[in-house]
This record gives sequence, C-alpha cells and structure tokens, in this order.
Amino acid sequence: MRSDAATTGVITVRVNQRPVRIVNGASVAVAVLAAQSACRISVTGENRAPLCGMGTCFECRVTIDGKAHQRGCQITCIEGMEIRCDE
Amino acid sequence: MSNGSATSADVAVIGGGPAGIAGAVTAAESERDVVLIDDNAKPGGQIWRRSIENQNSQHAAFWFERLAKSRVRVVSGSRVIHAERGELQVETDDSISRLRFEKLILATGARELFLPFPGWTLPNVVGSGGLQALVKSGLDVAKKRVVVAGTGPLLLAVAAYLCAHGAEVVCICEQAPMSTLTNFAGTMLRFPAKISEAVKLRLASRKTSYLTNAWPVAAIGGERLESVRISDNGRLREIPCDYLACGFHLVPNTELAQLLGCQLSDEFVATDDYQQTSMGKVYCAGEPTGIGGMELSILEGRIAGHAATNKKDEASRLFTERARYRKLALAMEKTFRLRHELKELASEDTLVCRCEDVTLGRVRKHTSWKAAKLHTRCGMGPCQGRVCGAAARFLFGWNVAASRPPVFPARCSSLAEVSSQVHGGSQ
Repeated sequence: MRSDAATTGVITVRVNQRPVRIVNGASVAVAVLAAQSACRISVTGENRAPLCGMGTCFECRVTIDGKAHQRGCQITCIEGMEIRCDE
Repeated sequence: MSNGSATSADVAVIGGGPAGIAGAVTAAESERDVVLIDDNAKPGGQIWRRSIENQNSQHAAFWFERLAKSRVRVVSGSRVIHAERGELQVETDDSISRLRFEKLILATGARELFLPFPGWTLPNVVGSGGLQALVKSGLDVAKKRVVVAGTGPLLLAVAAYLCAHGAEVVCICEQAPMSTLTNFAGTMLRFPAKISEAVKLRLASRKTSYLTNAWPVAAIGGERLESVRISDNGRLREIPCDYLACGFHLVPNTELAQLLGCQLSDEFVATDDYQQTSMGKVYCAGEPTGIGGMELSILEGRIAGHAATNKKDEASRLFTERARYRKLALAMEKTFRLRHELKELASEDTLVCRCEDVTLGRVRKHTSWKAAKLHTRCGMGPCQGRVCGAAARFLFGWNVAASRPPVFPARCSSLAEVSSQVHGGSQ
C-alpha cells in the first residue's frame, strides 16, 4: 500500500529510465501519459494507454520498482520510483 | 497485515464509494465492529474520488467526516479476490489475509460500458469517467481539445469538470435523441436539487456544443488519437482532438456477488426491501442493485447498514425516499437506452477483447459467451472480461454472467494460500 501524504510540489520519477517531473500525488498512469509513453504493447503489437482510469481494464499495467503487472491508475507516484512500460 | 493472517468483523463492507461509506458508518453506529475494504488509495469510490487538489463536494466532505469520526476500520488499497463460507480473501500490494464476517455489505459500484468501434484501442481514447479520474489523479488537460461522447448524465458532469480544469471541450455527443431527453427533463423537475445540478453543469460547459443523436464512429490516429469521426444526426464529420472521453453509461460490478451465490435479476444483484440478497448474510447497496446515482446509493447503503445490524425499523423509515430516487433511476434508464446503431460500429477487424486482441469477426462466429471464450480467449485476459464481456452482452445479447475465483488477478502466492485453506491446509 502506498500513501500520498503531501500533495503539493513536484516530484521526479523515472519512466523507461527517463526522468519525468510530475505533480506530487499523481498516479503512475498519469506519469506514463506525461512521458508520452504507451503503458504496454498488446499481444498483436498495438500501443496501449489508460482506458478506464479506475482499476478495472488493466490497460495501464506497468512494472513498478521491479514488480510487474501493477495497475498504474491505482498507484500513487513516489519520489524516485522506477516505472517500466515493458509488458 | 502479514501473509495468511486472519481477522474478523461483525460487518464487512466491500467498496468505499457512497453506498459503502454510508453502509459502514451506519452499521458502526450500532456499536458493531465494522471493516471497510476498498481497492483505491483512499475511500470515495469513483464519484467521490479524491482529486490531488483535495477538493471534495459538500456531500463527499460530509460523509468523509462521518467516516473519519466513526470507528470503522478502513482498509484501502485492498482487493477481495475470493469469498466463501463467511470469509473473505483480501490481497494488498504485498500481503494476503483472511477476514471472517458475520454480515457482509457489497457496495462494489459500477464501471463504464465501453463499446468497440474502429480505433477505440488507440492511446488517448479513454472512458468519460476514466478521463475525469485521470485528471483527479494529476493529469494536466489545460488547453487540450476533448470530445466527450457516449450517453448518460455523466457526460455533462465530465465535460464541466474538464472545462473547469482548462480543457477545451469541443463537443458532447449524446447518443440519445432530443425527444427522450426532453421527457427526462420533465422527470427531473420533480427533483429540484438534481435539476439545478444539471443546469449548473450545463453552464460550466457553455462554450461546448451539446449534440444529441450523435456518437463516435471511428477514432483516427497513428501513435495516438488525432481525430474522431462522429455521426451527428446522420451526418459524418471529423473533429481533431487530443482526447476522446467516451463511455456508454454504467455496468454493475456483480462479480463478487455472483461468487457468493447471490441471485441476479437481469444484470443486477437481486435484493429485498432491506437490501438483503438471496444469501441471507449478504446485503448489497448502490449501483450493483441498479444504476441510480449517488443519492440512491447513500440511501441503500444506510438501509443495508441498519438492516445488517438488526435495526429494521430505522431501515424502513428510509423506504419512501428510496422509492422516489428509484423512479428517477428508472427514467434515466429509459432515457439513455442504447440505440441499435451502436451495435454496428465495429467492423470485422475491430478488436472486441483488448486483453487478448480478439476481433469482432472471430468473436461473432460463436453462439455464446462461453464458446467465444473457449475458442478465441476473448475475455480470458487480466480484465477477466470486465470490458469485452459487457460489450458482448450488448452486441450479441449473450449471458455473460459467470464468476470464479480469483475475482481479480492475484499473485501465485495468494492463490496458494486460498488453495491450502480450501484443501484443509494439507500443503
């Protein structure tokens, strides 16, 4: 479980090894959108990005700090988080 | 919570939206030990989803405060993956635990209905509530051109919200015809609070054209969305935009209710006057019992909270008000009924199942949801058919009700835990 204690200021996370500055409290899905990256590549090779925004469609799943299959829309970014869009 | 730990509660509530919060707070007033389990980082559900600016509506603030002052134990960031014999299996990011309950209130809410059309899998084609949730989670839409499309009162609310956050909402495409909307406005007059809300929403998005008899027929773009082709009163035109926020109203989340053996009526969970399901210990409140909006959800949650703590008199005092809001729900259902043209949007090679990339052409060779799943893997991916199952129900009239554990994709270690309990811990 992650918390989003303070919701002011800007933090930096890494999306596919590139630093992305994002408002504190933003979700991982938002960080990936801000990085203009797809969240995942579908089984036939399409780029996919968030659809439902509420944890049911699984389109925004990414690898967070080495843990695969995490729903980006349900997890809040924390400083220094490593997000990989490699699924 | 450590792995495999077990706790208990008099009343467990699943889902932290209006119905769940109202149910939990009400049950806790009877000095019962109440646990509220919610998938999100904070309670609020979708309609009261916390924005990062931490602005809450008056309604939401009232209930958040009551929840904070109550003795309800809130367990956020947690998913119920299995439920049977008076026990829930609850998974978090790094643990699995068991929760025994005496009474259970299901307040699992609803999700948006997404319908396939060419290009709907492109990045930046999102749900209407979906885009709002993303903005609440920090997405910057200032100066972005957005087309809001689909059906239902949510479209207006979303458009107003996006405008307030600096987006340029190009137009709202409502698939319902003007004639039914006018009838609906008549019904709304009996709900003064509701109508002023609708007017306010309309005003907030006054620069936006509100089209009726209009729907998206294709999303166009390369790497991501570039424009949307809409059918506007039978005329096709293309609108350049950065986002298409598109949802065709709501689908009840009934997976857990089905797993528990609760009877459904049509696609909704069947309940009696006291919100009690066919499984005596299990109550259900809010959108899973019928799409009715926030006020009705709160009322149903309060009734369930009273009934689950043996306060039937208190529960029955709310019946009249609930009946009033159910009338509005009924009017809403009639007004925003989906037109048959929406069944013809997808072409043979349009994907229906986004998880397994199964096309319409492959799915419609089959005569049932089960057959389509077995032969094409449609509905067999991580979303477990939450998106394409609901679409298939609309497109083909299939019965897509089916639920088995785990209700959400779960870690192998969690499944091992479930399995060891089912088989008497022999592992």
